[in-house]
Amino acid sequence: MSTSREQIMGRVQAALAPLPQRAARPDWDRDLVILRQAHGLTDPWPLFAERLKAVNGTPLTSVTELVALLGKNNWKHGYCDPALWPQLSGAFPSGFTVETTYDRTRVDDYAFGLTAAAGAIAETGTLILTDNGTSSRLGALAPWVHIAVLHRNQIHHDIPSAVAALPADPNIIWVTGPSKTADVEGILIEGVHGPGRQVALLVD
Amino acid sequence: MATQLIDQFAKNLAPDTKAAVYDGSKKGHEKRTQLLFDTYADPNRLREIAGEIKQHVIENLDTYLPAVEAKLQANGVKVHWAATGDDACAAVRDIMQARGLRKIVKAKTMVSEEIELEHYLNKHGIETLETDLGEFIVQIDHDHPSHIVKPIIHKNRREIAQSFEREGLGAYNDDPATITARARQFLRHKYLAADVALTGANFVSVESGRLVIVTNEGNSRFCLAATKCHIALVGIEKLVPNDRDLGLLLNLLGRSATAQQLTVYTEFVSGPKSATQPDGPEEMHVIFVDNGRTDVLASDCRDILRCIRCGACLNVCPVYRQASGHAYRSVYPGPVGAVLSPLLAGKKFPEFADLPKASSLCGACHEVCPVNIPIPDLLLRLREKGKREGAPLAAAGTPPMGAWAVLASQPAAWKVALFGGKILNFLPTNLIPVPALRAWEAKRTLPEWRGGEFRAWFKNRPKP
Ligand code: SF4
Repeated sequence: MSTSREQIMGRVQAALAPLPQRAARPDWDRDLVILRQAHGLTDPWPLFAERLKAVNGTPLTSVTELVALLGKNNWKHGYCDPALWPQLSGAFPSGFTVETTYDRTRVDDYAFGLTAAAGAIAETGTLILTDNGTSSRLGALAPWVHIAVLHRNQIHHDIPSAVAALPADPNIIWVTGPSKTADVEGILIEGVHGPGRQVALLVD
Repeated sequence: MATQLIDQFAKNLAPDTKAAVYDGSKKGHEKRTQLLFDTYADPNRLREIAGEIKQHVIENLDTYLPAVEAKLQANGVKVHWAATGDDACAAVRDIMQARGLRKIVKAKTMVSEEIELEHYLNKHGIETLETDLGEFIVQIDHDHPSHIVKPIIHKNRREIAQSFEREGLGAYNDDPATITARARQFLRHKYLAADVALTGANFVSVESGRLVIVTNEGNSRFCLAATKCHIALVGIEKLVPNDRDLGLLLNLLGRSATAQQLTVYTEFVSGPKSATQPDGPEEMHVIFVDNGRTDVLASDCRDILRCIRCGACLNVCPVYRQASGHAYRSVYPGPVGAVLSPLLAGKKFPEFADLPKASSLCGACHEVCPVNIPIPDLLLRLREKGKREGAPLAAAGTPPMGAWAVLASQPAAWKVALFGGKILNFLPTNLIPVPALRAWEAKRTLPEWRGGEFRAWFKNRPKP
């Protein structure tokens, strides 16, 4: 193999050889990292919704609410996962333009993107997106508003459970609120490269 | 030289910058403390465990590195190794040239700054663009970041607005929302026109080969949605044994860095995009970089390799708050930099031998560190090293102790000196010809000399 590889491995071995013993791997209890609030939940949605609001996200429980929000802000042109559109299209009145293929040459055209969530984490208000479950990475990222469609039984209570359930998927993303920065004088601004508005839409 | 280099930086810092750095770091620290203690019964225990996990990893890199290599390859990732910074730069160039690729969009990677990748690639006709807002501003200004997670903590909005105007990003406007919106608009088209996404990784799980990349802005995610080739530069110390460990470390990273429960975008990337996904890299490369890390591993300061680059030690450090990041003259500022930079410098150690002294050893950095690194101990070891190797900077600003040694070891001389000390009270102290004392006295007043009273008391004290 490459010389760099041999050099590095050789140096690592030489550096570690003199150690009388190596540091052992600690054993730790997963409960240690679970937030106090997430202990003993029955329905995780209320905590999830509360935590999502705490990071300036928007939890919604009906498509009607979603359409009202989009209409009120004049966000009329969007992208939707082709697998989701048949069940949602009925709620969208005329005046909305929704495409089911994301055209990357027209990024500025889409005000919103609707894709499927693969899960959520209640204690942090986090949405989980996977590569296999997301119809377009760009469609879920580039528009000003992203709506992740979520089922109640997909919500994990806490981070350790979500980590334990990480699927075999090449690109899993945990999204905790809208894209943001505080680079300019520490002032919080939302919508830097990703959505300025992050919505979780509960469908049961 | 009467003062340390870092004192000069602190002295020359513009008042605006000093205020910005001071407030920014102080606020960051206060928010972190509140969040940690509000949500966990025993945050200190978490820091200890996290430290033990990372210490275990670095002391077993000889097994973990081949293991993670095998896992990544099984996931369809091409693995490269770079013993030096030059090797790493060449590896990036080779990957790109072999495929005829010319344009890189970069999400923040500290390793790329460490190896001066941009400069190298530009020389070879490859364009690089920083996409993190702060790093983008640093790039258009040909400046350097001054903080690990807040790269432009030293700039104010007026300077940024001027830079944007100069770069043709719109008429002068210093509203932070407008600045951000303009960067958003400008950068999204750049992502879509780029060939390669270059990222770092905050953690790499050996068990699954998942690279964990965290950003708040979503820039690394955009890089990975818009381009067809992903190259990740990863320091060899970034491994964690299992996915499970990520649960702990991610909790600590977000809280320690920016007082968030979790950073907004936490990505677990383990290979090229899935077959059904229209967007994103069809190829993924991981370059494991040594560049001095194995020297650190061989030293008695190897604990610093646990560092997860959260920046908490910068925020809490009284020296950093006064001097700002550029005073450390290297990619890694603050307490972590005072340890890491001299070590990574290798043969250039003497150039950074003053940094370990840029600390009052107050211990605040150790207290906040999410992986429990005993930074003050490491600083002391490096001061020793500086002395042992006779690095001139290691002595600068330290009062010469030779005369003291003579006095302290010879009682007769000591007594004479004590008398001399009394005379000092009748002399203007600015006549004392000791440069270090001059520097010290420039800001303080010497107390009245009261030497000898202990001896008098000891001699005359009532005997039991
Ligand atoms: S040394 Fe510790 S506190 Fe400082 S940046 Fe690294 S992990 Fe954070």
